[in-house]
Amino acid sequence: MAIFLNKDSKVLVQGMTGSEGTKHTRRMLASGTNIVGGVNPRKAGQSVDFDGTDVPVFGSVAEGMKETGADVTVIFVPPKFTKSAVIEAIDAEIGLAVVITEGIPVHDTAAFWAHAGAKGNKTRIIGPNCPGIITPGESNAGIIPADITKPGRIGLVSKSGTLTYQMMYELREIGFSTAIGIGGDPIIGTTHIDALKAFQEDPDTDVIVMIGEIGGDAEERAADFIKDNVTKPVVGYVAGFTAPEGKTMGHAGAIVSGSSGTASAKKEALEAVGVKVGKTPSETAQLAREQF
Amino acid sequence: MDLFEYQAKELFAEYGVPVPQGKVASTAAEARAIAEEFAAAGKSRVVVKAQVKTGGRGKAGGVKVADDAEDAQAKAEQILGMDIKGHTVHRVLIEEASEIEEEYYFSFLLDRANRTFLSICSAEGGVEIEEVAETNPDAVAQISIDALQGAPADVAAKIVESGKLPAAAAEGAAEVVTKLWDAFVGKDATLAEVNPLILTKDGRVVALDGKVTLDENAGFRQDLDSLAASEEGDPLEVAAKAKGLNYVKLEGQVGIIGNGAGLVMSTLDVVAYAGEKHGGVAPANFLDIGGGASAEVMANGLEIILGDADVKSVFVNVFGGITACDAVANGIVQALEMLEERGDDVSKPLVVRLDGNNAELGREILSKRAHPAVRQVDTMDGAAAQAAELAAK
Repeated sequence: MAIFLNKDSKVLVQGMTGSEGTKHTRRMLASGTNIVGGVNPRKAGQSVDFDGTDVPVFGSVAEGMKETGADVTVIFVPPKFTKSAVIEAIDAEIGLAVVITEGIPVHDTAAFWAHAGAKGNKTRIIGPNCPGIITPGESNAGIIPADITKPGRIGLVSKSGTLTYQMMYELREIGFSTAIGIGGDPIIGTTHIDALKAFQEDPDTDVIVMIGEIGGDAEERAADFIKDNVTKPVVGYVAGFTAPEGKTMGHAGAIVSGSSGTASAKKEALEAVGVKVGKTPSETAQLAREQF
Repeated sequence: MDLFEYQAKELFAEYGVPVPQGKVASTAAEARAIAEEFAAAGKSRVVVKAQVKTGGRGKAGGVKVADDAEDAQAKAEQILGMDIKGHTVHRVLIEEASEIEEEYYFSFLLDRANRTFLSICSAEGGVEIEEVAETNPDAVAQISIDALQGAPADVAAKIVESGKLPAAAAEGAAEVVTKLWDAFVGKDATLAEVNPLILTKDGRVVALDGKVTLDENAGFRQDLDSLAASEEGDPLEVAAKAKGLNYVKLEGQVGIIGNGAGLVMSTLDVVAYAGEKHGGVAPANFLDIGGGASAEVMANGLEIILGDADVKSVFVNVFGGITACDAVANGIVQALEMLEERGDDVSKPLVVRLDGNNAELGREILSKRAHPAVRQVDTMDGAAAQAAELAAK
């Protein structure tokens, strides 16, 4: 089962022929992902050899879907061109678009999100500025290292890439149903709430680990959602307790403005609905272990 | 990136949003000369406004009305060099004084929760909008903007009506809303706030103040460099920015280098907790060297951190994900060699924690090199404790 991505997923890569796209397509293939094609209008009809696996290049997402039955696209195109790449994926009505690209102007993200809504939200968008999603042992759509851990019964949702890896590493002996990095930008497609809802419904997930960080109020809204909708144990971690006001901490979305967006407020909101919140990644991992 | 008021108003004017006439001065003599120009045009009363990227200027005495050019010079002398919430005033805006009939509030901003933009409009302007929202929530209209549609005339008219602006201002305010949206999109802003938006005694709607934040991700299509003021910010932050590093100066003594924004934020926390046991030792900075963690980036990062006189120890916290730890370890070794070649002092203790992909190989490389400044700890918590202890000595 797992969420959003499984062994049957057929994956396209937009920007496969670029340097990042090539590097990560090779890694995704090595971890067993069923990559069915790349998309690049200037190289349509060609194919790329990845250590003996021949991957065809299509002129558009729609063509790739028609030829291969692809239902997932991973987007590696540069920030300048990401908006049109995502809109192309939405127009083709692909089921899942994972936007890895970092540095997209927020007006572009708002525009493609609004476009997705206008088209009836047929495409789930993960990201932008995210590490992607992995269902260990089945499929890997993005840049999460596949060899950190194994299949298991923890569902993980996180804004941050390296904290996702750190937490997978801390809990590697238990393993994960699906780990999803939703991205650190102010506007993102799939939210904590979307992932929580899916993990709650996923029979392969027993415990949910949720990693947040300063900025915005997504964690507070997730807490509200958990209160009424999540019965599985949820363990939380929030990064940025010591972040000063008004300074952006790496992620465009990670900023404390006035009293809003602080880690303490998020921790309190989560604890108020029964989520066990760790002070550090290792303490959080310990809390998760105790749920089994 | 936050703009100064005078930059925000230049941007507004470019899109046809009415603003008072004004010019920026960095000395009192310049302020006088500008005021003399206004006087020659029959506008002897001017306002002298401190240009700082923080609120509460008025209360701090950073905004003063001057009756003539001599008075403008005196007021500018008082305001220039003033400290407002930690921001030194390097410039003043000299503006024609406006005849204010009423004050309103208007802004466009990001609406993260709804993944779009929001407009906020209120007939109660000139005061902090958060306060109005608390004491009189009905007076503050929040209207979601469809990112594809924007704020054309009909939408703008609805916003102004919801904000309960009086009939005398409605038409002019709606025009401002539409033009401001064009500026907001055209310049890739994430905030455009006008407080107050005024109705003048002669019936015009004018942006009397302006606060604008631009999206740094839009650098590839916007000219952000010309708007960046070099004297703003900590010298280490300026130097780090020049090297393309994602660095924020903090108040503590433990220098931090890590890969990935979330992990670095987490590292700051873990060090601060560990520091509680060592007389309140705290992180000296945020520095994310990204997934790649190459030797050159590592060397540049170490150079900035070791150049911080407050730093007593350094914690290098890397999780090998895409980049394997042996590559990171080689990067650290090469970085130290590069710094020694440059003649930099690398005697401050470096606590290194490598975990994840090829961690053992990476640790072995560092052990073999046996640099006197480097010590290795296997866990994030243990390394933070040691870095804090070393900084407390």
